[in-house]
Amino acid sequence: MKLAYWMYAGPAHIGTLRVATSFKNVHAIMHAPLGDDYFNVMRSMLSRERDFTPVTTSVVDRHVLARGSQEKVVDNITRKDAEERPDLIVLTPTCTSSILQEDLENFVERAQLEAKGDVLLADVNHYRVNELQAGDRTLHQIVQYYIEKARKKGELPEGKTAKPSVNIIGISTLGFHNNHDCTELKRLMADLGIEVNAVIPEGASVHELKNLPRAWFNLVPYRELGLMTANYLEKEFGTPCIDIVPMGVVETARCIRKIQEVINAQGADVNYEDYINEQTLYVSQAAWFSRSIDCQNLTGKKAVVFGDNTHAAALTKILSREMGIHVVWAGTYCKYDADWFREQVSEYCDEVLITEDHGEIGDAIARVEPSAIFGTQMERHVGKRLDIPCGVIAAPIHVQNFPIGYKPFLGYEGTNQITDLIYNSFTLGMEDHLLEIFGGHDTKEVITKGISAGSDLSWTKDGLAELNKIPGFVRGKVKRNTEKFARDRGFKDISAEVLYAAKEAVGA
Amino acid sequence: MTIAQEPTALNFECETGNYHTFCPISCVAWLYQKIEDSFFLVIGTKTCGYFLQNAMGVMIFAEPRYAMAELEEGDISAQLNDYAELKRLCEQIKRDRNPSVIVWIGTCTTEIIKMDLEGLAPKLEGEIGIPIVVARANGLDYAFTQGEDTVLAAMAHRCPDKAPVAEAEKNERNAVQKLLNFGKKKELVAQEESEYVDHPPLVLFGSLPDPVVTQLTLELKKQGIKVSGWLPAKRFTELPVLEEGYYVAGVNPFLSRTATTLMRRRKCKLIGAPFPIGPDGTRAWIEKICSVFGITPKGLDEREAQIWAGLEDYVKLIRGKSVFFMGDNLLEVSLARFLVRCGMTVQEVGIPYMDKRYQAAELAMLEKACQEMGVPSPKMVEKPDNYNQVQRIYDLKPDLVITGMAHANPLEARGINTKWSVEFTFAQIHGFTNARDILELVTRPLRRNNNLKDLGWDKLVREEAKI
Repeated sequence: MKLAYWMYAGPAHIGTLRVATSFKNVHAIMHAPLGDDYFNVMRSMLSRERDFTPVTTSVVDRHVLARGSQEKVVDNITRKDAEERPDLIVLTPTCTSSILQEDLENFVERAQLEAKGDVLLADVNHYRVNELQAGDRTLHQIVQYYIEKARKKGELPEGKTAKPSVNIIGISTLGFHNNHDCTELKRLMADLGIEVNAVIPEGASVHELKNLPRAWFNLVPYRELGLMTANYLEKEFGTPCIDIVPMGVVETARCIRKIQEVINAQGADVNYEDYINEQTLYVSQAAWFSRSIDCQNLTGKKAVVFGDNTHAAALTKILSREMGIHVVWAGTYCKYDADWFREQVSEYCDEVLITEDHGEIGDAIARVEPSAIFGTQMERHVGKRLDIPCGVIAAPIHVQNFPIGYKPFLGYEGTNQITDLIYNSFTLGMEDHLLEIFGGHDTKEVITKGISAGSDLSWTKDGLAELNKIPGFVRGKVKRNTEKFARDRGFKDISAEVLYAAKEAVGA
Repeated sequence: MTIAQEPTALNFECETGNYHTFCPISCVAWLYQKIEDSFFLVIGTKTCGYFLQNAMGVMIFAEPRYAMAELEEGDISAQLNDYAELKRLCEQIKRDRNPSVIVWIGTCTTEIIKMDLEGLAPKLEGEIGIPIVVARANGLDYAFTQGEDTVLAAMAHRCPDKAPVAEAEKNERNAVQKLLNFGKKKELVAQEESEYVDHPPLVLFGSLPDPVVTQLTLELKKQGIKVSGWLPAKRFTELPVLEEGYYVAGVNPFLSRTATTLMRRRKCKLIGAPFPIGPDGTRAWIEKICSVFGITPKGLDEREAQIWAGLEDYVKLIRGKSVFFMGDNLLEVSLARFLVRCGMTVQEVGIPYMDKRYQAAELAMLEKACQEMGVPSPKMVEKPDNYNQVQRIYDLKPDLVITGMAHANPLEARGINTKWSVEFTFAQIHGFTNARDILELVTRPLRRNNNLKDLGWDKLVREEAKI
């Protein structure tokens, strides 16, 4: 048993359902008790879906428990098959119903006898994997099912497409800015003269899956979803997999160079260097911004990064390599893939944190008091409490991650969006000067109950007056720093002198 | 009015039960706020935890007073000792938060693995010195708001069974009374005591926000009725005294189990009244309580009429319109009854579970309202099937659908006005004062779409949904 307050990744069935409902005309049946079907709410509310979520719960109640659920599950599958005529029905239990240890495989076989569409049991261990791993596995399972089905029927297409082509693997519903990323990737491929053979799972038909082997290479933009599928396709058909995340100017270029290498090896003759150069220097604003006078003020500022592997690693690299910001620590909640993360970010930050415990992350933030946080919604809340700005860069998904304007994270437009996000997260240049000057026109009462309330320190009248002169948005931090300084040096009373001594000591 | 619209008796049906509603552990979200010295420990899986965090939108802030005891593989396969594990967690909670009570919320998983929470609690309670209340708010047996029912039924056992002898102490216990008397001199309080009619003690049950508790308490005070206490109280240590023969009345339609517990185990007398929702319901609720105590209610006619008059600007927006309840929070019958009184036609009342005895007065009142307003009685559908309901909605074309969150956006995209049923769970809707808030919610989609209607953007999906 584990005392848990917050989860960065959801339970396994959420991953399975994200993949299943991303496909076109696929229905999922959840074998679960009442109330376990909140995936429908998430999809409908967070991503403002216009269509009914194609998930039906075959409700397990006391009655069903007593007489066995086979009949009900099979009935619900065949009923849905008749009502909606889906190409595929995916059956999944939840953590709860998986402990009933029923022979769900057998339910599926029974239902398949009657159903016109295909029926598949999502093969996932609900206690050993989380949402991300389960989604990766389910996508692999569905792809494998249709490849093998086509192979049996002799319907697998021969050879590759005439022109270089790509499968974009891992775009899914309820993914962090996935819809915009997908548009951006398609644009990028068009610029590179590469045909998009397939995008899976979002918007794909399962009948098209047999055409996946025709692509020249597979692109897996997110490490969390699609790698298993890409590895399977590589093993079966030798299709090369590119898993360099095209996020940030440097990594996008690296990804494009890899594409060039991979397709040239298959007989193409392309050279993308001019394109990369043009985009980097003149089209994307990110590289120019890094050199602009605005960004100078960010030099050496302290930041921390936390998120899933893909986004946390990419942001760490961008902050450190492209903007000269000091990443004190970078962390991920993808514990199952921690080695990769370490290898990716170690040279760009002082410390690497691998944890699923939001408390540990909160403490680590409080400890280093960065100028900005780049994290999930949870870190945004931690930031609010500590009065530190936070840019949200990764799931858990939130309604704010479905902006209606175009906000990709990938590709060259993504570099602009990320630059904006980073720049706007920090206290801006002029505000910085105000802090230096210690003046400003904001002379509201100091709020004495802060994070360090109840301390043994007292502020003298002139100290307090001086504190009052500090602009409100940095006052809390100055106060905390000063009190820390005073405590370290054994001062009991904080006067204006102590305040300024503290300022000098921290070099603010 | 055509003959087909002649009022008929209520007609009950039961469907497949393939419907969406929230898990009953949701009650934690409002109960932990209501009972300020409590700690709620939900003993379940990642699925439960992610629900609380995500679908309920309950963010964990600085000082959480609820948590998950997340069951891991070792717990499920019984390799770990339940008692030792729960003890470890509860000791940590005691250390970190030191609550007056820990409420264990059992889930589907604890039911399936047959974890004996009721057996473990008394022993652990003795060991750590904090009361442990066990509620089985699982989705196998209950729906959404019934979670509160399981918690209150469990807490009913913890109410003291003897009134304290000293009067001072009694006042201490009655937080609401204390609040009402706040700042008043002792003599004044004594004088106010005389404003009450002499009647057997009355305890109200149901979790309501504090302002509403005060409003309903004052409403009864106007009739000379004194509320001795509320279950739950603001603090666990202030649970009301329940002696044999005390009268109890519920304020929420989903508390049938609590009602049964109070009657059978605590030997209290239940006042079976409609629920104080809408001016009509509130009036009937007060009247019923008065009649039990042999009090002739004063000024209720005027009070109700005055409230209705104040609602007219909203009522005229919905008069003659139709509404369809898909069923979610068990408040459906009360809301349907009120909306019929507002002049609406209720086409269907879906409801997860119907206790016809506990809701008897409310059902009778709904039937009567339909007759008096000359509208057909709604079809009552227990354990509805959402797919079938959506087909019926396409047929009936109601002016408003009150539905759970999973269906709201898709229905809106098809040009059907919706209101989230959950909002009625969380909004303050009880009593005379808050009747306006119900209509504020009900009319909002109509007002919004009225504002937008000239744009002609009714259907925002490409083709008609497949039937």
